[in-house]
Amino acid sequence: MSILIDETTRVVVQGITGGEGSFHSQRMLEYGTKVVAGVTPGKGGQIHLDVPVFNTVAEAVEKEEANASAIFVPPFFAADAIMEAVEAGVKVIVCITEGIPTFDMIKAKQYLKGTDCKLIGPNTPGIISPGKCKIGIMPGHIHTQGTIGIISRSGTLTYEAVQQVSLQGYGQSTAIGIGGDPIVGLKFIDLLKLFKEDEGTEAVILIGEIGGTAEEEAAEYIKEEFPKPVVSFIAGQTAPPGRRMGHAGAIIAGGKGTAKEKMEALENAGVLVAKSPAEIGAKVKEALS
Amino acid sequence: MKIHEYQAKQILYNFGVQIPQGEVAETPEKAREIAERIGPKVVLKAQVHAGGRGKGGGIKLANNPEEVEKLAQEMIGMTLVTHQTGPEGKLVKRILVEEALDIDKELYVGIVIDRAKEAPVVMASSEGGVEIEKVAAETPELIFKEYINPATGFLSFQSRKLAFKLGLRGDTFKQGVKFITGLYKAFQATDASLAEINPFLITKQGNVLALDAKMNFDDNAIPRHKDIAEMRDLDEEEPLEVEASKYDLNYIKLDGNVGCMVNGAGLAMATMDLIMHTGGMPANFLDVGGGVSEEAVKNAFRILVSDKDVKAALINIFGGIVRCDLVASGIVKAAKEVGLNVPMVVRLEGTNVEQGKKILQESGLSFHSASSMREAAEKVVPLAPRGQ
Repeated sequence: MSILIDETTRVVVQGITGGEGSFHSQRMLEYGTKVVAGVTPGKGGQIHLDVPVFNTVAEAVEKEEANASAIFVPPFFAADAIMEAVEAGVKVIVCITEGIPTFDMIKAKQYLKGTDCKLIGPNTPGIISPGKCKIGIMPGHIHTQGTIGIISRSGTLTYEAVQQVSLQGYGQSTAIGIGGDPIVGLKFIDLLKLFKEDEGTEAVILIGEIGGTAEEEAAEYIKEEFPKPVVSFIAGQTAPPGRRMGHAGAIIAGGKGTAKEKMEALENAGVLVAKSPAEIGAKVKEALS
Repeated sequence: MKIHEYQAKQILYNFGVQIPQGEVAETPEKAREIAERIGPKVVLKAQVHAGGRGKGGGIKLANNPEEVEKLAQEMIGMTLVTHQTGPEGKLVKRILVEEALDIDKELYVGIVIDRAKEAPVVMASSEGGVEIEKVAAETPELIFKEYINPATGFLSFQSRKLAFKLGLRGDTFKQGVKFITGLYKAFQATDASLAEINPFLITKQGNVLALDAKMNFDDNAIPRHKDIAEMRDLDEEEPLEVEASKYDLNYIKLDGNVGCMVNGAGLAMATMDLIMHTGGMPANFLDVGGGVSEEAVKNAFRILVSDKDVKAALINIFGGIVRCDLVASGIVKAAKEVGLNVPMVVRLEGTNVEQGKKILQESGLSFHSASSMREAAEKVVPLAPRGQ
């Protein structure tokens, strides 16, 4: 089992003819993802990677029945691309683009309100349900099918976690990068709710980092309503305050958003918190034994 | 991105926010000349990117032009130490010379993005002149908030509500509404991440003015604001960080002596944390990007080894789609070009990891290889004894 995407998901890639879009569309196709359409305004009618290219997302939805989208367009055009996909009725939008201005994302999130569309990212490696579908830029081959759900604000740190749990003999149901920006689509809580209902998920790894309060909100929810074991690691225990640590959202502002606060909140909610990133795999084993 | 007070005031003034009369000076003579025009009583304010200037001797009152010149002489070129500059302080290159005002009340108004509500929030408080974090912690009921609906922007009634809550009346109220509205307009038009006026001043004559002003900007939006990009003052930033930013590398200098180079921000932070848990202290944060291009590795390598505090370094690359043999070749090439002057532990993970290790071993350079993050940290920490 998995959440949000599976073998039936039909993907349209926005920005399919660009460098990144083209490279990763190829990887997704190789993984077995049903990439059924691409969109590049002005290039409608072309065929790229054996996939039909359209001028608009609406056409891709109408002609190829795309129900998910992967966005690889440059930062200043990405919020518009998200809203175009919402308008076209795409149900899952995965925005890989890094560097979108915050004000643009505020507008895009406002646009999403009241729709049943789910946005992942931006600034995310994407989402993968191993063996079924991958929408994003993560290396498919390190993932294996299994029962662990992963939700993370990071990219390569998620791959590290995937590898550690694989070494313990566990695979993943679905692994999702929620994105490293201050304003993102689905947050920890939204995904925990989906994992709660997913029979194929036995336990969840939550990888957070400094900045914002999404981990604290997740801790409240876990404490009250989440019955499955949760393991967590929070990156940035050694990060100085007031500095943006690579991700736009990873910043301790006004003394708020420290790793310590987040780790305490999660521990109080009964989550097994790995102090060191080298302990994530071992903690999962502990949680399931 | 941060800018100076005098730059922030200029932006705000263009959006209708009243500011005191004043001008910036880089020499004592110029300071005196400004004082002769707007004085005689003026305030001299050191222009550095740090708060807490008053306590550190960075804000002085002068009664006449002679005194202005004398004080400016002392201030320009001084190293100002405040709780925000760190013990090494910051060099004062210019001062803002402003008219001295008769203060009746010091209020606060500031705007940030509220991440949980996903909207800008305008905050106002009757408790100005102190740090807003302190007010928030001790007397949160004295902070009034208005969240902005992105579809409508900041509405007139919201501005009036805040002005009434601050106790403004009559003409001062009218000025206050315009002032707060102007602040929001500036915040939105410039893609700011913070716009703060503290203190927001009411004079004895009932006029409202921005006595201090601070603006930070969303780095992601800077490319569409050329005028603001030009306000960047590289002298205010750590030289190695400026160098790194030229190559789109994320580098932040820290206090420890174990350097690190990692692909991806989350893994980079986690690597720093692991160094600490293993008994060492990280010397920096350095993210070469998920893609690990050869060019990025080379530049990162140069920046890493040019930090004199680094006694040993850890390179942690989770390749994923990027092949480890290519990464290893890049590292070897960079090390040969730049010169390997500290012991280095390399952990590579991903496709072709064995070939990658072989390339490092056969390079003739003294790399230590590690198979996991834990092993890498355990190897690197003893190579950089603390206190060295």
